[in-house]
Amino acid sequence: MISNQAPQGPAATASASTGPGGTATAASTTAAGPAGAVATRIRGMNANVLREVALLPMLILLIIVGTLVSPAFLTASNFAGIGQQSSALGVVVVGESLILLIGGMDLSLESTFGLAPMVAAWLIVPVAAFGSGTDLSPYLGIVILLAVGAAVGLINGLLIVKGRLNGFIVTLGMTIVLAGLQNGIVKAQTLFNLPAPFGYLGSASIGQLPVSLIVTVAIFVLVGLFLRYHRTGRAIYAIGGNAAAARAAGIKVERVKIGVYVAGSMLAAVGGLMEAGRVSAVTGQQGYQEGIIFSVFAAAVIGGVSLKGGRGNMVGAASGVILLGIVGDILDLANVSNYWIEAIDGAVILFALLLARIVGGESTAEER
Amino acid sequence: MTSTGRPALVEVTGVEKRFGTTRALRGVDLSIGAGQCLGLVGRNGAGKSTLVSILSGLSEPDAGTVRFGGAPAPRVGDIQRWREWIATVFQHSMIVPHLSVAENVFLGASPQGPGLSSRAPGVVSWRTMRRRTRDIMREWGFDIAPETPCRELSVEQLQVVEIVRALASGARCVLLDEPTAALERQAIVRLFDRVRQLTEAGVAVLYISHHLEEVFEICQDVAVLRDGELVLAAPTASLGKDDLVAAMVGGVRTAAPPPAAAVTEAGATGPGDGTPGQGQSAPAAPAAGDTAPADAAHRDVVLAVDGLTSNSARGRLSGVSLRVHAGEVVGVTGLLSAGVATLGRVVAGAEASTGGAVALHGRRVPPGRRAAAQRAGIGYIPEDRRAEGFVPLLGVAENITMTITRQLADRLGILRPRARATAAGPLSSALSLVSSGPGQPVSELSGGNQQKVTVARTLAHHPSLIVAITPTRGVDVASKELLLSSLADVAAGTGAGVLLCTDELSDLVICDRVVVFVRGEVFTEFGRPPFDRDELILATEGLVTEGPAMESPAVAGPASTAATARAAAYNPAEEAAQ
Repeated sequence: MISNQAPQGPAATASASTGPGGTATAASTTAAGPAGAVATRIRGMNANVLREVALLPMLILLIIVGTLVSPAFLTASNFAGIGQQSSALGVVVVGESLILLIGGMDLSLESTFGLAPMVAAWLIVPVAAFGSGTDLSPYLGIVILLAVGAAVGLINGLLIVKGRLNGFIVTLGMTIVLAGLQNGIVKAQTLFNLPAPFGYLGSASIGQLPVSLIVTVAIFVLVGLFLRYHRTGRAIYAIGGNAAAARAAGIKVERVKIGVYVAGSMLAAVGGLMEAGRVSAVTGQQGYQEGIIFSVFAAAVIGGVSLKGGRGNMVGAASGVILLGIVGDILDLANVSNYWIEAIDGAVILFALLLARIVGGESTAEER
Repeated sequence: MTSTGRPALVEVTGVEKRFGTTRALRGVDLSIGAGQCLGLVGRNGAGKSTLVSILSGLSEPDAGTVRFGGAPAPRVGDIQRWREWIATVFQHSMIVPHLSVAENVFLGASPQGPGLSSRAPGVVSWRTMRRRTRDIMREWGFDIAPETPCRELSVEQLQVVEIVRALASGARCVLLDEPTAALERQAIVRLFDRVRQLTEAGVAVLYISHHLEEVFEICQDVAVLRDGELVLAAPTASLGKDDLVAAMVGGVRTAAPPPAAAVTEAGATGPGDGTPGQGQSAPAAPAAGDTAPADAAHRDVVLAVDGLTSNSARGRLSGVSLRVHAGEVVGVTGLLSAGVATLGRVVAGAEASTGGAVALHGRRVPPGRRAAAQRAGIGYIPEDRRAEGFVPLLGVAENITMTITRQLADRLGILRPRARATAAGPLSSALSLVSSGPGQPVSELSGGNQQKVTVARTLAHHPSLIVAITPTRGVDVASKELLLSSLADVAAGTGAGVLLCTDELSDLVICDRVVVFVRGEVFTEFGRPPFDRDELILATEGLVTEGPAMESPAVAGPASTAATARAAAYNPAEEAAQ
């Protein structure tokens, strides 16, 4: 079969293998007329391949532009910097992509991104650095950070799945509650003097490679493999593709959905830890007031993760993150006035969306 | 047809309508006079809905004319002017629940009142709207306050609002499409009073119903559609129920039906042809049919349903009990609203019940939990495959193996695509599933092949009971036979029970036993194949044939005794007298 040679979307994974299951294939191909079937196959394959590489021309174009803009662009240290700066965002994008895949959405990831490290840092830094005075071990702090993420995800999941509330409204409300807590517990102070183990993930490097980048890449790869080869990962696609059919096939839809909300929020907390380490402080601004959720959605959607659920993968999500990282870096290197950066940033995202739509055929619109 | 000399209010002549290659209506002539109540009956697919949509001004006939009071009907789509003549009360409520009664009565046609709204078009005069609604209600003896939000009304009251809406638009003819489908018995009696009130006031009523006894109750005349043709139009007084059924079914009852005229209309040879061990599923081989059900009765009870009740919107259940034995295919049939699909969904755990119990092999299955029911061994082929049958973006193999990921995965939960394809292969070949490969998204398949995916998905987890709801709907003839025979095969080969819930009588060919539902209750049961199509139809309409069931109860079997008793119990005229 021709399909063996082509990279495939997750939906087509099974076709890449011609095992004993090929018997049915062979029989059916004859029935449908071999030529027609093969033609259909090639067309389907092309669409898949195109969707995977939809952002490649855009990335190449950006690298050319970057090289022209500044000689410092095409250097290892610059790319390490892009990696480090994009890592925290990348981890949150993984979380949001999981939630989008089950057909949900979570706006509150940006607040979890700020609140979880804030709570953890508050419990571990000394009173002089505006801590609570409990002076907990930084390792315990990381556990608490994960627990805060899990708790937020659980509340969201229960309200949305069991309480049957609208996910947009629930997470919008949660965003504001969490951001308020983030400022409330430290009275809008910035926590600094983070202990080394707490800041390690965001600040350390192995040689030129930032640890955060290594961890983020590992998360992308592991989640990607999980989605492709784990039965819960496949259940996520089934639920996003047609929740009623998944339920009829015996999948515990509610349990998987709540689990995904929990996992998404925990990933957002890890992203927050990276960010805190990178800037060696936890500010009241981190997350909500920076408005990172816009970049999170943009990266996921540019990368082909469908807002309607059931479609998208980690390769796409990663390319979305890389694209946004390079755009930000070029704008920095070009010394674009701060007043204009947001406008240009937004325009680039719209352009990338349009390109992905034309090349990949993925519509982000409402059903017509 | 109206020989009474009254002027024809609505006159349809030579109406034709095609959908693709199907001729839904073939030269239908129909006329309704003022004050007349005309019943329109016919089996599913006879063309009633098409005629309703043409009479409601929603679709245009390919040929023929519709005339109102002698003049050509308004343009199709000009609903406002159309409703001045004929207004339809549809089977499914067309009421906006969050608006008030008055707003719904004047939906899209707010009345002009004094003050600003008399000059500025589009400005609503709330006072006029409420006053006129109240006037109409009072005039017709209805008592629903115009300010009430419609979401607070009962089904019966909503229907009244729709009738008032029809009257408010000045319609001289009201078309009632299956008006009793969702009503309680007392409400039906009150509806009949309203219909009589309308006809006495000179309003024409076109009454569409599956329930023949209702037609005899309130219609002076009746018209029968069969395969898009008007095959009978006569005063009800001149007809018996048998004549009506004969006209609906196609005249096979005029003489004693030959034994081969069993359930199927076409292809009575049955799907089991050429498959060894399939004797009991083929009515063409009645000799084998004799032994199978008798055996089944002695086998283990796979499914025990006791006193099941439900208020589902798909059809209520009021105390249903039945058994399915190992290796037995039990058909459940009835009209759309009779609760057939509800029973299937409740047994499969797709929907919760309000009471009663479902037990598999003697162990109670928790209600409303599909995953638990599947683990207990209940397979589920849902009614609507697009809604519940498959995940369109995912591949054929992945959809087929969706029920068995636990078995296919290793200890860490890792699922190899190759394992999926291997597991799906035999199932898709057994069902002759045509696809370009195990990875082809199911959305790209034809309807028949999509349904095969759904069936394969169910067979994959080796259920000890398969609940199949209308498994052959919208499927071509060849696939239909394959799907049915695959279900019969599983029952014969693995000893699984099959609960086949369907309103498609030709599906019942594979059944060992058929239970007929009327209004959410077991009405009667047919013990052994071959099943007589006409008797089945009569039973689904809540009537009993003059065949064995009408013989003296002492001679008839227990099932038919119950049926006779039930038929006697349900008599609208009797209820009216109470």
